[in-house]
Amino acid sequence: MAKTIFDKIWDRHLVEDLGAGTGLVLIDRVLLHERTGGVALESLAEAGRAVASPAQVFATMDHVVDTLPGRTDRTIMPTGTAFITATREAAKAAGITLFDLGDPRQGIVHVISPEQAIVLPGLTLVCPDSHTCSQGALGALAWGIGSSEAEHALATTTLRVKRPRTMRITVDGVLAPGVTPKDLALHLLARFGSSGAKGHVVEYAGAAVRALDVEGRLTLCNMATEFAAFSAIIAPDETVFAYLEGRPYAPKGALWERAVAEWATLASDADAVFDTDYSVGAADVVPMVTWGTSPQQAVPLGRAVPAFADVSNRDTAEAHARALDYMGLSEGEALIGAPIDAAFIGSCTNARLSDLRRAAAILKGRHVAAGVRAICVPGSGAVKAAAEAEGLDRIFLDAGFEWREPGCSMCFFAGGESFGAQERVITSTNRNFESRQGPGTRSHLASPETVAASAVAGRIAALEQVA
Amino acid sequence: MTPFTTLTSIAVPLIRDNIDTDAIIPSREMKTVGKTGLADGLFAGWRYTAVGGRTPEPGFVLNDPAYAGAAILLGGANFGCGSSREHAAWALAEYGFRAVIAPSFNPIFRGNCVRNGIVPIELEAGAFASAPQPLAIDLPAQTVTDAAGAVMPFAIDEEAKAMLVGGLDAIDLTLIKRDAIAAFRKADAVQRPWAYL
Repeated sequence: MAKTIFDKIWDRHLVEDLGAGTGLVLIDRVLLHERTGGVALESLAEAGRAVASPAQVFATMDHVVDTLPGRTDRTIMPTGTAFITATREAAKAAGITLFDLGDPRQGIVHVISPEQAIVLPGLTLVCPDSHTCSQGALGALAWGIGSSEAEHALATTTLRVKRPRTMRITVDGVLAPGVTPKDLALHLLARFGSSGAKGHVVEYAGAAVRALDVEGRLTLCNMATEFAAFSAIIAPDETVFAYLEGRPYAPKGALWERAVAEWATLASDADAVFDTDYSVGAADVVPMVTWGTSPQQAVPLGRAVPAFADVSNRDTAEAHARALDYMGLSEGEALIGAPIDAAFIGSCTNARLSDLRRAAAILKGRHVAAGVRAICVPGSGAVKAAAEAEGLDRIFLDAGFEWREPGCSMCFFAGGESFGAQERVITSTNRNFESRQGPGTRSHLASPETVAASAVAGRIAALEQVA
Repeated sequence: MTPFTTLTSIAVPLIRDNIDTDAIIPSREMKTVGKTGLADGLFAGWRYTAVGGRTPEPGFVLNDPAYAGAAILLGGANFGCGSSREHAAWALAEYGFRAVIAPSFNPIFRGNCVRNGIVPIELEAGAFASAPQPLAIDLPAQTVTDAAGAVMPFAIDEEAKAMLVGGLDAIDLTLIKRDAIAAFRKADAVQRPWAYL
């Protein structure tokens, strides 16, 4: 029978059919961070259970660590230090590899895992973090779980999984210059809604997806969780193999050849049937920005805030009114030109080298508008070092951006640093929820290019208004 | 985990779509590494008048005495979206909620509920929200009965139901199969050696 990529990986990892659509699935990699991983390791130890295969488990510090230069274990977030030290001690006791503060490999979990080739095509990988779906970009089945499930995976090298449904989104054609994977992700959210892929593994396919580099694919897959998807996946190809070859945890020599031969079979069969199959034209995708408090509340950058009548298939009248009120916007108001207080480039969505390069290309020779606080947080130590080697740090600093240490930083407010109440922030992150980046903060999601252009303009701006 | 069979309780309506786990338990309220001490922070951004404060916001439904002691929460579509933080389920359970009724749930949040003895029930919750009323949940029968006696059936996957009704620990259940898992891994390591570090 014809199989999707998902079917192939599922079948390969099915230890036992538990009946009623649930499988006992082998887990190849578990990733942890100090926010939710420390508690899982501690709880496991308290229950007297061991990590069954510590060599296949990795931990990093990203969520509560400071990102200011000169950082230590002390955090601006009250009680943050306890998360760092607990995770460090638990990781050591369990014998798992930790990318600790000061380690050049440290960074956001979904940035460093591909960099280190911890994630490989065809693997199952889980992490107690919703954006784990990012890593499907390399052809792995990677999904976010809770802490209890993390304990289960650590203790048993398996998870009990309700088999998800399958969805394919084929993006034909070519993305226009200046249209990014982030714009595509927001386009899909606006089109299909924040529960549009509920319970599905979404396979992204088509010429526009195949044309993306690995970093672009990571951005696209990253926001599948905003879609309520189980995960996202892209068939691994030469682009992925070339990216992985020679990286620290990639197989080497004859084993590499053998692995690639197997990975090359990880494409959905031509006659495979998906539970849901959508087709999207790349030519219809334009730069996007969110106006509301759900990622589905996104519009083309040049458009105005929609009237309720135009989005009534998606939102209730109350949700629409509540989002407008929170964001301090009115129906029909132009988004371009809305004055901003801050600009943020970072997160597991858009803090990789290519993101920083594209933002820097706009910032070069320009300066952030007066009164705008602008922050750039590279996604990992490796991204930061590579960016500095080609002088990107100077471009950001000269433009008036802060240049930070790697971590999740102000993608979310954990009680430490935040943007202010009613402050309008243009941000390359993934969630525009109420108070996500600070109590009462108004977040507008966009590509790094749009964030950079807006920072220069002091208002939400399109690329061509600045560059 | 406490087994769940039946429950009769007032249901408190918070019928908004896309209630995210940041709203259920703001990150700033996750102050300790453990799983406890979270009930105070439940819905903190809406429940209190100021960030970090504990003065009840009178307009917020959890502060309405008519719903005191409610163990059932009524929500909107895509309930529990966003961050995978299990703290959302821990906070709800510690506060006293044993069931959430919503038209749809985020899949990670739904799993976290099941692992913590909270029954996620997929039903249009608006029907129960008109006035404070007790609802009777019968999980083995998969029904919700309202104050007027109307019975609504709901679907739940068998694994989740068995876990909740039995109060089972998933790790214990799986560890029974540890020999089968070891044998599977041994054979698999020959086929996919690169997967094993």
